[in-house]
Amino acid sequence: MIAASTSNLLAAREQMAFTLAFHIPFACMGIAFPLMVLIANWLGVRGDADALRLAQRWSKVMAVTFAVGAVTGTVLSFELGLLWPGMMSRYGEVFGIPFGIEGIFFFTEAIFIAIYIYGWKRLSPKLHLLSAVPIVIAGIGGAFSVVTANAWMNQPGGFTQNASGKVTSVNTLDVLFNHATPYEVPHMLLAAYIVAGFLVSSVYAVGWLRGRRDRLHRLGFTIPFAVAAIATPIQLFVGDTAARAIAKDQPIKFAAMEYVQTTSTHVPEWIYGVYNGGKPKYGVSIPGFDSFLVGFSTDATVTGLDSVPASDQPGPKTLLHFSFDTMVFIGSGFMLLILWWLFVWWRRRALPKSPWFWRISSVCGGLAIIALWCGWIVTEVGRQPWIVYGKLRTADAVTHSGGIWITFAVVFVLYAALFVGTIVLLRAMARRWRAGEDVDQGVPYAPPPT
Amino acid sequence: MTSTDVVLVVLWVGVTAYAILGGADFGAGVWDLLAGRAEAGRRPRDLIDRAITPVWEANHTWLIFDLVVLWTAFSPAFAAVMSTLFVPLCFAALGIVLRGAGFAFRHVSERLEAQRAFGAAFAVASVLTPFFMGTVVGAVASGRVTPTTGADQAWSSWTGPLPLLVGVMFVITSAYVAAVFLVHEAGHRGDAELERYFRVRALATGAVAGVVAIAGVIVLHADARYVYDGLVGKALPLVILSAVCGIAAFVLLLREVRFARGVAVLAVAAVVWAWGVAQNPYLLPKTLTVDQAASSNDTMTALLVIFVAALLIIVPSLALLFVLSQRSALED
Repeated sequence: MIAASTSNLLAAREQMAFTLAFHIPFACMGIAFPLMVLIANWLGVRGDADALRLAQRWSKVMAVTFAVGAVTGTVLSFELGLLWPGMMSRYGEVFGIPFGIEGIFFFTEAIFIAIYIYGWKRLSPKLHLLSAVPIVIAGIGGAFSVVTANAWMNQPGGFTQNASGKVTSVNTLDVLFNHATPYEVPHMLLAAYIVAGFLVSSVYAVGWLRGRRDRLHRLGFTIPFAVAAIATPIQLFVGDTAARAIAKDQPIKFAAMEYVQTTSTHVPEWIYGVYNGGKPKYGVSIPGFDSFLVGFSTDATVTGLDSVPASDQPGPKTLLHFSFDTMVFIGSGFMLLILWWLFVWWRRRALPKSPWFWRISSVCGGLAIIALWCGWIVTEVGRQPWIVYGKLRTADAVTHSGGIWITFAVVFVLYAALFVGTIVLLRAMARRWRAGEDVDQGVPYAPPPT
Repeated sequence: MTSTDVVLVVLWVGVTAYAILGGADFGAGVWDLLAGRAEAGRRPRDLIDRAITPVWEANHTWLIFDLVVLWTAFSPAFAAVMSTLFVPLCFAALGIVLRGAGFAFRHVSERLEAQRAFGAAFAVASVLTPFFMGTVVGAVASGRVTPTTGADQAWSSWTGPLPLLVGVMFVITSAYVAAVFLVHEAGHRGDAELERYFRVRALATGAVAGVVAIAGVIVLHADARYVYDGLVGKALPLVILSAVCGIAAFVLLLREVRFARGVAVLAVAAVVWAWGVAQNPYLLPKTLTVDQAASSNDTMTALLVIFVAALLIIVPSLALLFVLSQRSALED
């Protein structure tokens, strides 16, 4: 029985992790891509025909990625109940409030995406451009709401419970602006702009390497890359702040991701390395640097894993540490690439010529998604064994329904098909556009056919 | 009226909206499935595609709305439904993915084989999803879901007479509503042939729905006594309204289609509300009342604020979408 429920818990966690990992890059596209479409459309309305063509093509991409994000998001709202009924029955009324707000933003986004995508030919240029603005705002609002709900799981607050655990009063503002909201929300919002920016620009970087260097492709690279270039330096600062806040708010998560075994001062910073029975191995360690990062002094005390029993610690420390380091390295690498781009722009007012710039840029989309996943692994795996930090254990929230490995297998196959379908479609669209098939379909904003 | 009552009413408005708008979407998929071979079915499929393309995602956000309000306002009821009806809800979620992806992909793919494959996924899922959602409703109405049921009732909870009947009823009703909407859509585009095509189908499914509804009364009597008593008791006016509207819509479809859509919608809405009134004061008859499941006052107040904000933001946006869609301003 215990073995069965352990297996159930593992299956439920794996399914949740897989479906979230699939959904989040699409969510990033839903949050951040509309801004890039809006910029292109705005340039287009001011007379840039290439930008207008780009906005029109991108809006079709947006339709596909939004649809995939919408259906995979619906699956997640089912899964919250199907896989974690223990959490929903106890904290549904608290946790649900940010999702209620998210509903408004999602609804608005769906409505205006429909108006924008299907309004190219019949709406006036100005009205059409204007219809993209609510999409951008709703994307930001939706991200705020959902990430707030996750932040609440990390720092639950704004409610009281009676002796039997039933929630008796809720303070909505304290739920929404819980302790983790100020660092988790900006961190994810910026991540969305970075992921979407590098993802779209990497497509045009591949095009550049294949010799497609016309103005359309240069613009297609520059708009998203510039968005990511603005978000990345801010992200380094926000991420640094978030790590310090986690050392304070969730010290065991921090101890696991930084390999801090015993509470002490002069804690070394481990760069990679494998956690082996309380001792990191094979990594590079910088003496005292972890203490310095946490408290700006090597004398700063950092809480260690052994301050709580093993049953209150997250399991896979090496995974957490690798994820954290990888995220930081990718983010820092992005910064170097952006400096390269800025330097060339400053000297020559042009894009870099070196094929290495384009080779690196072409893998940045993938790297950004890896960094995104790493961040979520740190957040979610690092909170274990809790589903609601300090309040409810994941093992007590999981469903008793059997067969989760089966549903996971079905979901896996289905999502694999969904992924292949999405990629095949987007590539087919790109092929048609390269063949110039949308050129003779009429210019957008032309008078309606009579 | 307490804040709980208001939240319950708004939840029911959301359920009604999803039953009609989501139902019309699913039903359109049913007609897509039954439209025949690629060449013969091209024109009705084209109309279906044009009719639902701009609105299907917005229609399905009602489902998210209903789920979130249920889990926030009545968490124990949500958890009981999710724990007990794990199997049909998994199938429904599966259907939603297949349907959405199939539709979006078919819309943008060019090759016939690809369109056919994606179209098949869309159409088959359009039948399965409302069926499984219907079994969920039937299971709740017949008292098969309680706060203590769970994995042990994974199959028995939704395979009884009423759940299966309501599942079938959902598919037929969805097809009916969709056909009525598509009559209107075809008429709006001045396509007399398609108008006739869908009018025949609306009349046929309307008649079948009527017959199944009468069978449903017998099954309800045997399998869901509490809801049956409510339907012939306090909810009787709504049941009569639904029956009258159903018959009126049938007559209107034969003669004057202009008002058929509104009357048909009213017939479906009246059933949804009749169910709600018949079940009252239970969320899960007869084991969990609304008050037992209700969240704290603070949560209800927060939800009311969210509803007002939603009303102010979403209603005008949605109106704009529907107006533009009806004026055929949204075409690609």
